[in-house]
Amino acid sequence: MIEFRQVTKRYDSDHTALRQVNFGLDRGELAFLTGHSGAGKSTLLKLIMVMERPSAGEVVVGGQVLNRLPRRQVPYIRRHIGVVFQNHQLLFDRSVFDNVAMPLEVMGTSARDIGRRVRAALDKVGLLSKEKMNPLQLSGGEQQRVGIARAVVNKPPVLLADEPTGNLDPQLSADIMGLFAEFSQVGVTVLIATHDIGLINDLGRRTLTLDQGRLVAGAGGLHG
Amino acid sequence: MADAQNRRKDPSRESDTRSRGARTTRSPLAQQASSYFGHHRKVARDSARRLWQAPVASLMTWTVMGVALALPVALMLLLTSLQGVSAGWESSARVTAYLAEEVTLEQAQTLKQTVAGDSRVAEVELIDRDTALDEFRASSGLEDALDYLDGNPLPHTLLVTPSDGSRTADGVQTLLALVEGMDGVEQVQVDLGWLQRLNAMTELLGRAVWALALLLAAAVVLVIGNTVRLSIENRRDEILVAKLVGGTDAFVRRPFLYTGAWFGLGGGVVAWLLLQLSLWWLSGPVERLAGLYRSDFSLSGLTFDGIIALIIAAMLLGWLGAWVAVKRHLDDIEPGEIAGG
Repeated sequence: MIEFRQVTKRYDSDHTALRQVNFGLDRGELAFLTGHSGAGKSTLLKLIMVMERPSAGEVVVGGQVLNRLPRRQVPYIRRHIGVVFQNHQLLFDRSVFDNVAMPLEVMGTSARDIGRRVRAALDKVGLLSKEKMNPLQLSGGEQQRVGIARAVVNKPPVLLADEPTGNLDPQLSADIMGLFAEFSQVGVTVLIATHDIGLINDLGRRTLTLDQGRLVAGAGGLHG
Repeated sequence: MADAQNRRKDPSRESDTRSRGARTTRSPLAQQASSYFGHHRKVARDSARRLWQAPVASLMTWTVMGVALALPVALMLLLTSLQGVSAGWESSARVTAYLAEEVTLEQAQTLKQTVAGDSRVAEVELIDRDTALDEFRASSGLEDALDYLDGNPLPHTLLVTPSDGSRTADGVQTLLALVEGMDGVEQVQVDLGWLQRLNAMTELLGRAVWALALLLAAAVVLVIGNTVRLSIENRRDEILVAKLVGGTDAFVRRPFLYTGAWFGLGGGVVAWLLLQLSLWWLSGPVERLAGLYRSDFSLSGLTFDGIIALIIAAMLLGWLGAWVAVKRHLDDIEPGEIAGG
């Protein structure tokens, strides 16, 4: 589902974020991405989201090479990638429901389908009763779950998470990881960037480790 | 993924998949269209509501736009009224016939009688050469120079005023031909000098009005552009999230373009109100003035079509202003920086 082939990302002549990164993630695979801050985790996620383009090598998502994708095609790729951020990126000028509905609205989904699918997503994260509230009224963990509901509401084949448990206590973190595991069981490819080693060890999943832009552990092809 | 894109763009393929039983939607094309227009309605309503929620700021923008639009439209209306006046006066044109130098005063009198006998002529005035020289001496300030002349170089002149029925461009033209064909008439002129001056002036004024209209239209576009730029800044987070979840440029632009069009609508209405108000304010004095000149001149207001055209033009300008702002600023907002370090 996601494949990096000899990917290098150089920002300036003296700053190389990623060096010849090679790895592949299968459909339904859940993997962690870890490393010190500045090791290139965010850059790697941005390459998948086409927020950045690689300096060399190829990034392939869903069988499509993203390098030469025209700018106007980028939104259509993003509709197939759900993203969860550490700081949620929720909008506080609208209700929980409207926040979760955004990915469906940009796709032109009908109002009836939006209602059905948003409630299904909120139900999944256990927040169905709070759909009319403003995200500001929710706790940190609840806000994070709204973010997850928004990321999965249009059933994307790929789910990315950037430090999704950064500000949460261990119990909440475990709940959220449980959610991610459930998504991977239904075929979603999940990649979670985190430096929460304890969490990673608990789950015992594949871990990609970056060190100064090099993939030092967890590399490997789609079928290796 | 590519398949999903194609499906989005080509609804007929979607119905193919449906016929194979893969999907359960009723009519994808109709549904897509209805949700597209539904979204437009929602965005239009939402943009209007946002303007309504900041009434003072919106009213100020509307007023600025209204004033900028009312000014050129008012001048254009004045110009139209003036052109109506000059068309009315055109019919009172006079034909001036300069007689040949050898024609005597008696012969000129006979000619005058002949011309006056024509049914198309209302009045004929004969100015003999001595009177003409005196007038010229008095008005030109060339007294000394004229004293050096041996004789009077000026011919006798007939001033012919056409009758009511002949006060058209064609009527004057036939009269001109008639007088020109007479024996002893050297040269014929239609006395349109002052009319030509008026026409030249209205033409100049017309061009000035157009130049002013263009400048003010540019000002309106810039004002709306700047206002929309501020609203883009205010909704930065929303734009980022929309781009993140796969909103196309068109989707992100849409609310701002509607905002621009609503500013235009308000501006157009304000402009119309200002015009009606000034018309009402000026109509009394203008009538009195026209009465003093024995003219039926009156200021004409906007017709219904004119009002609609004004409002549509205003909305287009607002939309254009929003487009300028959106083009310049939306591309700068890319979700790259929010992914964290």
